[in-house]
Amino acid sequence: MTSMFSMTDVTVCYDNVEAVRNVSLSVEEGQIVTVIGPNGAGKTTLLMAAIGLLAARGRMVFQGNDIGKISVEDRVERRLCLVPEKRELFSDMSVADNLLLGSYSLRDRSGVQKTLEEVYDRFPRLKERQRQAAGTLSGGERQMLALGRALMAKPKLLMLDEPSLGLAPLIVREIFRTIASLRDLGVSILLVEQNARAALETADYGYVLETGEVVQSGPAKDLIHDPRLITAYLGGH
Amino acid sequence: MTSDIAAILGIDGIATGAVYALVAIGTVLIFTVTRVIFIPFGDIAAFTALTLAALDAKRFPGTGSLVVVLACLATLIEILSLLRAGELRLLPRALLFYLVLPLAVVGAAWLTMRIEPPLVVRLVLALMLITPIAPLLDRIVFRPIADGSVLLLLTVSVALHYALVGLGLLFFGPEGVRTEPLTSFSTEFAGVLVSGQTMLIVIAALLFSGLLYLFFDFTLVGKSLRATAVNRTGSRLMGIRPARAGTIAYLLGSLMAGVSGILIAPVNTVFYDSGFLIGLKAFVGAIVGGMTSYPGAAIGAVGVGILESFASFESSALKDVIVFSLLIPILIWRSLASLHSEEEIEE
Repeated sequence: MTSMFSMTDVTVCYDNVEAVRNVSLSVEEGQIVTVIGPNGAGKTTLLMAAIGLLAARGRMVFQGNDIGKISVEDRVERRLCLVPEKRELFSDMSVADNLLLGSYSLRDRSGVQKTLEEVYDRFPRLKERQRQAAGTLSGGERQMLALGRALMAKPKLLMLDEPSLGLAPLIVREIFRTIASLRDLGVSILLVEQNARAALETADYGYVLETGEVVQSGPAKDLIHDPRLITAYLGGH
Repeated sequence: MTSDIAAILGIDGIATGAVYALVAIGTVLIFTVTRVIFIPFGDIAAFTALTLAALDAKRFPGTGSLVVVLACLATLIEILSLLRAGELRLLPRALLFYLVLPLAVVGAAWLTMRIEPPLVVRLVLALMLITPIAPLLDRIVFRPIADGSVLLLLTVSVALHYALVGLGLLFFGPEGVRTEPLTSFSTEFAGVLVSGQTMLIVIAALLFSGLLYLFFDFTLVGKSLRATAVNRTGSRLMGIRPARAGTIAYLLGSLMAGVSGILIAPVNTVFYDSGFLIGLKAFVGAIVGGMTSYPGAAIGAVGVGILESFASFESSALKDVIVFSLLIPILIWRSLASLHSEEEIEE
């Protein structure tokens, strides 16, 4: 497998405070990688830096190219996409318009209709509600729309920030099933999640972030049995 | 007041309001996409009328020179910014948009003037000369401070208005102009004589509002502008560039202000500083729509036009006082309405 995306010694500061310190991680092609950790560990900050919304020191390489200096929009054009924690939907606009705008960065627009049908097949609920304003959807539907909208950009690497946040357990299971199924599309995924068990069950590889630093990493199937992680994050004794 | 007079005032008010509506819609468009309350918008409308009058008088308008200076400045700033970002590959596109196209417009206007063009061509030339001004000002003035507070952007916008008024005096002198009516047609409606110019104003306002609606609802670029207005971060994550959305908003807004300037010039005498009142009255209309709603802004602007028409009949000296006094109850109503919605969000 070749590296799709890597961060080397990335540091992100808010004013003079280092929220993320010398973090290095890598996502291989077709792999699901998760970053778990407690609230305030710097997980969201890491993704914001990866997409370019926050300035960062260190090296970031996507598909062999250094992307550290390029804008958010250029990263999206290269098919690096983020589904943020707040979803950032266009609440006054319809579900269909939100999805269409997901494809905005695609220069070749010939396949947009087909991709839209694929998204509707994956999330039939969105098709039922395509004319409804995004702001009127339930929490689970909003997450589906955020995921569907990101898929409209045909991402090579999809970064998901807390996709299960605030959702009912049944919906969480559905969302994680969908994330796992994206592997079949050849999409690499960087998943940031507080629900450590669900994340490690879905992922191939995991990193543990604490107070802005990677304190542990390894294959997800190993991390899920790690006694320290079981005590700290997986609800074990 | 008899019903005949009321009908005449009503029709006159609707026509004036339709002009304000075009400017108000442009104001809302630029505010929602860029967060800039673009005070010089009325100046753009007045400059179009003055540019058309200069072209009618076979004089090359000073706005042509303004576009040349702004294009050179904008190009210089863009080149420096591309150099700093190490993005020189974008230079050809920058040169095309910031230098070649504006200069081509000025060159075309200068050459066309030699052949004494008919009115339609002069109208197009006036619009073409005016349309690049706001996007170029955006590049030079607003884009470097795009992340500043709304208050900062407003303060700069006010300063820009005063600079433009000064330039207006330099370019066009202190005399007012009134251009030829675009049509001499008139008809009787409900016992009141309605001029073709008045009808043209209302039709143009409806047409441009309709086109804008189609643009926003049925094109990807239009939807991207709405998306930028609704959620800036969300739109950036879709690859929509706020700067480009801003440029499109300024272009469209300028076009609408330009059209309103052309429409108002045969009806009212336009001076170099007339733009401020046009812009301010359109702004009152835009506030009725909460600075976010296009239909709200249009309805508000037409309301301002009608109120102004009746106020000028009752007391010509106090008409502006009456119109601007309208702001007080509107602001109270809007602040109560927004408090209510915040409470709803918290719930």
